[in-house]
Amino acid sequence: MSDFFEVFGLERRLAIDGAALQRRFYELSRQWHPDFHGSASADVQARALEESARVNAAYRALRDPLARVEYLIRLEEGRATKEGAAVKPKAPPALLAEMFEIQEALEEAKAGPLDEAARATLTEQRAGLEARMAEAEARIVGPLSQAWDAAAPADRPAALNTLKEALATRAYLRTVVDDLAAALEAHEQEARQ
Amino acid sequence: MDRIVGIDLGTTNSLVAYVDERTGLPVVIPDADGRRLLPSIVGFTPAGIVVGEAARRQLARRPSDTVYSVKRLMGRGWEDVKGELRYFPFKVLPGEGVVKLAVGGREVTPPEVSAIVLRALKERAEAHFGEPVEKAVVTVPAYFNDSQRQATKDAGRIAGLDVVRIVNEPTAASLAYGLHRLGQGVIAVYDLGGGTFDISILRVKDGIFEVLATNGDTHLGGDDFDRVLLLWLLEDIQARHHAELDRDCVDLANDNEIMQELRLAAEAAKIRLSAEERTTLTLPLAGFTYHRVITRAEVERLLEPLVARTLGPCRKALADAALTPADIDQVVLVGGSTRVPLVRRRVQELFGKPPHSQLNPDEVVALGAAVQAQILAGGITDMLLLDVTPLSLGIETLGGIVSILIPRNTTIPTSAREMFTTSVDGQTVVDLHVVQGERELAKDNRSLARFELRGIDPMPAGMPKIEVTFLIDANGILQVQAKEQRTGKAASIEVKPTYGLTDGDVERMVEDSFTYAEADVETRLLIETRNEADTVLTHVARALRQAGPLLPAEERQGIEAAVSALRAAREGNDRDAIRERTTDLNHATEHLAEAMMDAALKGALGTKRADDIMENR
Repeated sequence: MSDFFEVFGLERRLAIDGAALQRRFYELSRQWHPDFHGSASADVQARALEESARVNAAYRALRDPLARVEYLIRLEEGRATKEGAAVKPKAPPALLAEMFEIQEALEEAKAGPLDEAARATLTEQRAGLEARMAEAEARIVGPLSQAWDAAAPADRPAALNTLKEALATRAYLRTVVDDLAAALEAHEQEARQ
Repeated sequence: MDRIVGIDLGTTNSLVAYVDERTGLPVVIPDADGRRLLPSIVGFTPAGIVVGEAARRQLARRPSDTVYSVKRLMGRGWEDVKGELRYFPFKVLPGEGVVKLAVGGREVTPPEVSAIVLRALKERAEAHFGEPVEKAVVTVPAYFNDSQRQATKDAGRIAGLDVVRIVNEPTAASLAYGLHRLGQGVIAVYDLGGGTFDISILRVKDGIFEVLATNGDTHLGGDDFDRVLLLWLLEDIQARHHAELDRDCVDLANDNEIMQELRLAAEAAKIRLSAEERTTLTLPLAGFTYHRVITRAEVERLLEPLVARTLGPCRKALADAALTPADIDQVVLVGGSTRVPLVRRRVQELFGKPPHSQLNPDEVVALGAAVQAQILAGGITDMLLLDVTPLSLGIETLGGIVSILIPRNTTIPTSAREMFTTSVDGQTVVDLHVVQGERELAKDNRSLARFELRGIDPMPAGMPKIEVTFLIDANGILQVQAKEQRTGKAASIEVKPTYGLTDGDVERMVEDSFTYAEADVETRLLIETRNEADTVLTHVARALRQAGPLLPAEERQGIEAAVSALRAAREGNDRDAIRERTTDLNHATEHLAEAMMDAALKGALGTKRADDIMENR
């Protein structure tokens, strides 16, 4: 079966023109969407259903540059093409000490009420982590993606590995940011009541 | 080309529409009397079934045998709905799986009741075209889950309609607005109907209507507005008239008829307050008349928390689409409840721009369904709707945790494959529990069905490799297929829908629907005429009790004679006679009505007035 890049007639590259991808998605949807095959034979209808489901899955995997990297990793590693977290969150070694501090603050926040200072610290930490996450994302979809596209076949596994590590860091930052947001929101709700 | 009609099966009203070949525009098909909306109300009487206007007229008189807002019960279980059942005057039976209603001396399921509404619309369309109509596109709230969609499809089948597509209401509305009204850009469709709320964010480009995200609440709508208003009025009546209530031993809250009248009066007042700043509600009760001036501000205070509940889903949909309110180019209002000024204000505040509402919010969904029907029939080729599944689909895994297979807001059709195996040597059956929702634990989500994969060859544990494909079709309905990879043979699947009907159930209901056929035309007209007579009799009796003393004895006797004459005619089967006597009684009471007005009891025939207002909506 063709991979999602091939569905759109694309080479296996991370640099994709979003507008062109959307145009091609609309064209393929017009070709295969079951709405346009309502009076066709059962075989054709089944094919249309299958093809349009595939086109939709392919578009979902490729339209967002981060999701695209995740898909590429699954594809290169030959894993089943399934949606979901392909990359396990991993704490970035460079941030370990800082992360430890944040986790501690989080535990405290979960355990009891927050005073003004603690809340301010958490808010500040969240902002810092969000900035860091944005940085990580920019690095993944920017230089690291370009590096993979430019790499010679022999260098690709290394480039892929770098992408994978960067994604793991980003996934980790995401979970901590979400935890912080949840903790802050819980306290805000309590404060309102 | 196949004839396919578009049907909006609403909580409060239903409509049928089609695209006129000559103009290319969608139009609503009216009934013989020119009425476009069919109230989604079904009355069960000893003589047969009545639907629509005729059923609405008997709401207050036969509350326990007249079913309204059945859409709120579609595809639901007892646990889901028991909280709101005390507001329904008809009886809903507890039990496993699909809820059943006990009405007219029998048990029916919500799809069977909806089927009666659908059949009335089918007949309306057939009368219009002069030929059978067998295919339809039927709309559902975008946030409807699989069970609710399946229940809607079942209703179609019971009604003898092939439901060729289930379309989401907000997206249907966007199709009705079409390209010439919307242009290109990002659209938010805010759809607040009688019982459900949906928000859908779409990108319209090159004739493609691509839904980016959808969210909603399938238990929030105009019915809830009426309910808070009703409870507020009830409290007010009890506070101000407790002396009379005690004297007459009236327990308002447990009197189905009074509660129903109060509900209708509350709804009518709500509707009037969308156009006026204040209104007077007059309701003749047992031994006194309840009279109250209600201001829009008072009602808005009551509605505020409900309207606020729609804003959370709007924000979630925006977040899922990775957009901010500023990214929305246009906002479209759909559903009768968007006529409420408070709703419009809150929507405008959230999105920062005045919303569109050029098309009649009661009709726009049916018009869009007709457009989708025309697309499916091959009559429109430049427009295509790409919709999404509103809820994540997953399976229950070890420890009751959900593993998501298809995330919410995935464009449909879509599919996911998953491998399953056995955990015990020689195991020949594998169970799967499929759920829908966003929560981590299976028990907190909507249980859709349990699947049994059977006929697995006995092998050591872990050896069989069963590939299961979960496919959500363009209707948003799940289909499951399984294949044993080693042998390539399709595994047989037994589906046990948690809140749905089995194929066998539906077959039986299709047959039953012929035996329990709707009252024939003659009987139906007779029932309607009798209902009309009953309405007038009830109103006159009340008016006499209250304003009778104001009348000269002679006139009073005249009215009483007309009442007796109508009562006698009503017992017979002569429709014309009943109608004539009804007209006579109306004439005889003209002065009575005037007298009541003069006595500052303006609108004493309060429920009557409410009726008129709802008809002229």
